Amino acid sequence: MEQKTGAQILVGSLLKENVEVAFGLPGGQALPIFDAIHESKLNFVLTRHEQAASHMADGYARSTGKPGVCIATSGPGATNIVTGLATAYMDSVPMVAITGQVATNVIGQDAFQEADTTGITRPVTKHNFLVKDVKDLARTIKEAFYIATTGRPGPVLVDIPIDVQRGICEFIYPEKIEIRSYKPTYEGHPGQIKKAADIINNSERPVFYIGAGVIASNAEKEIIKISKKAGIPVTNTLLAVGAYPPDANLSLGMLGMHGTFCANKAVQAADVIIAVGARFDDRCTGKVCDFAKKAKIIHIDIDPTAISKVVDVDIPVVGDAKTVLKEISAMIEKKERKDWIKTIDSWKVEHPLSYDRNDDKLHPQYVIEKISELTKGEAIIATEVGQHQMWSAQYYKAKYPRLFLSSGGLGAMGFGYPAGIGAKFGNPDKEVIVIAGDGSFQMNMQEMAVAILNDIDVKVAILNNQYLGNVRQWQEMFYGKRYSHSCLAKRKKCPKRCNTPSRDKCPVYVPDFVKWAESYGALGIRVTDKKDVAPALKKMLEAKASIVLDIWVEIEENIFPMVPAGASLDDIITRMNG
Amino acid sequence: MRHTVSVLVENKFGVLARISTLFAARGFNIDSLSVSETEEPAISRMTIVVKGGDYILEQVTKQLNKLVDVIKVTDFKDTEYVERSLALVKISITKSTQNELIKLIGIFRARIEDISQNSVTVEITGDENKINAFVKTVMPYGIKETCRTGVVALGRGYANKVKEKKND
Repeated sequence: MEQKTGAQILVGSLLKENVEVAFGLPGGQALPIFDAIHESKLNFVLTRHEQAASHMADGYARSTGKPGVCIATSGPGATNIVTGLATAYMDSVPMVAITGQVATNVIGQDAFQEADTTGITRPVTKHNFLVKDVKDLARTIKEAFYIATTGRPGPVLVDIPIDVQRGICEFIYPEKIEIRSYKPTYEGHPGQIKKAADIINNSERPVFYIGAGVIASNAEKEIIKISKKAGIPVTNTLLAVGAYPPDANLSLGMLGMHGTFCANKAVQAADVIIAVGARFDDRCTGKVCDFAKKAKIIHIDIDPTAISKVVDVDIPVVGDAKTVLKEISAMIEKKERKDWIKTIDSWKVEHPLSYDRNDDKLHPQYVIEKISELTKGEAIIATEVGQHQMWSAQYYKAKYPRLFLSSGGLGAMGFGYPAGIGAKFGNPDKEVIVIAGDGSFQMNMQEMAVAILNDIDVKVAILNNQYLGNVRQWQEMFYGKRYSHSCLAKRKKCPKRCNTPSRDKCPVYVPDFVKWAESYGALGIRVTDKKDVAPALKKMLEAKASIVLDIWVEIEENIFPMVPAGASLDDIITRMNG
Repeated sequence: MRHTVSVLVENKFGVLARISTLFAARGFNIDSLSVSETEEPAISRMTIVVKGGDYILEQVTKQLNKLVDVIKVTDFKDTEYVERSLALVKISITKSTQNELIKLIGIFRARIEDISQNSVTVEITGDENKINAFVKTVMPYGIKETCRTGVVALGRGYANKVKEKKND
């Protein structure tokens, strides 16, 4: 049998796992790995920052359903991917991260570029490994992919010291693997399933509350089927945008802090909540003790720890969403639930999502509505984090799962652009649009080099309000309009305290995103007028190249509806001042 | 409420750190912890005493089960089980207190492991109550140093209500 180096075994293992593309950046303690990559057919994408590499792997994974892979060196390389790992961990995204490490004989001696990578990443990974013997490497990689992609998915990190990368042994990649201490439950308990079905059948006002788990288990068809058959309206979390057709009659849209009026009303009025692959995040529940007080709660989740963690659950069903829903589906009685649907429809009419559609101002929501319209909701949207993210979730009508990529749990600014690039590598034939805020975009915009050099046409629409808009909104609403350090145009000469921003009087914004895009050889277009939005978007969609729209939207626009932090979903504010 | 949880884990590098990180990150308090190899060297047993209500106990057992290196979690709540810990207690002695102290040590069925001119070192095993009682009793004589192990526990052979949880 052929002897191989650890680095060759690693690369061989990645190819055995059918890894199409890996993202990352080389460094001293990872040189043998990069040497092996050089000689292999692995498609490797050189990023400009390791954090971006981890978000690219994440975006690739979210948009394709396949595990994303990133590779970084020891020390700073490893610490730079921590944000990406934490993002993927919070949002249950399958990822395998490989890091170089100093040689085993100097671990613990504060060697150059040494960091306790497994120690640092332990709380933000599903599992991690430090490989101390080259003989364990192939099996460890197999285990890493197995753990990352099964059960509740998540990121797994494998730390490989340089002497292990150089070590030599026979390369045998295990075909199958069994880990005695890791056995996720896929089949739901039949008794619990029966109970859940009975409760649903006897309910008058049931609501589906669906999360990312529905997408992870490809259970969207089962949700559609049950909701149709039994007249059950569906609300989704931020991460489940696209998991249920937004234009369906029974769609309530997103719930929670910036959810729709009807979704929040429905949850509070429901007599049964069927939570599927969702974890009762505080942004969804509002004040927990007031959440869905009238409802019996059924919770279907593959992760037992998610159950009764936040909200007491009446009927827990541990298992894979699709498997469990298929069984429930067979026991569900056909019902129309006309009164319930009628009530919901009246809420939809009472307070639909709205902004001033008729004035001449350039409202950010208008841009997203236009994007949604022009792409028919079929493009992949990656968002950054902030106001634009919430407006995207509200106004972009993603038709299918895996079209809406957003950092939900961690809320990591800087996620969107690299995630969009990663998604494009996984979906070269799909349109990928990054909807960004001018603040978030600046956190990883250096990755345009990756898009340009790889001929990746990722489109960027910056909703530029010259503020960290979400922070500004909270300061306006809850901190007496004291705009402390949220203005991105503020210069030394500005008054220390300013809450009267205006495009005419404020200093010139930097960077000039148009010139900045041009410096990379991309096209930049500035849009300052509502009537120019649609033509610019059309131009963007027609272009088969990187393009950046710098769209100067209303500065002090706020996201509504809003449930203030810590308030009950009943206390939803539909607009400013009432 | 005090809960004793027994955890079988893979005897691997970093497992203890995984468990202590989990407790710290989730805000659970460890009262005591003891770790050792089992009859199978690849498996270690950790006995963890944790304080908290039913919610904490449920979360602790679930979160422990979720760790990839954890093989089995047993919580002894509402079951019959044997629990022991050990303490070494170094107590001051003088000629006048010597006899009295040796008598007390006998009553508690503790053992003298070392004796010098002005101190006696005693080994005592038992459940936590017994050890606490002993320490309290000898306190007036002057305790120089103490050292206590964490609790170790096993379910009784006839215990029928032991809840064994693994991904249920």
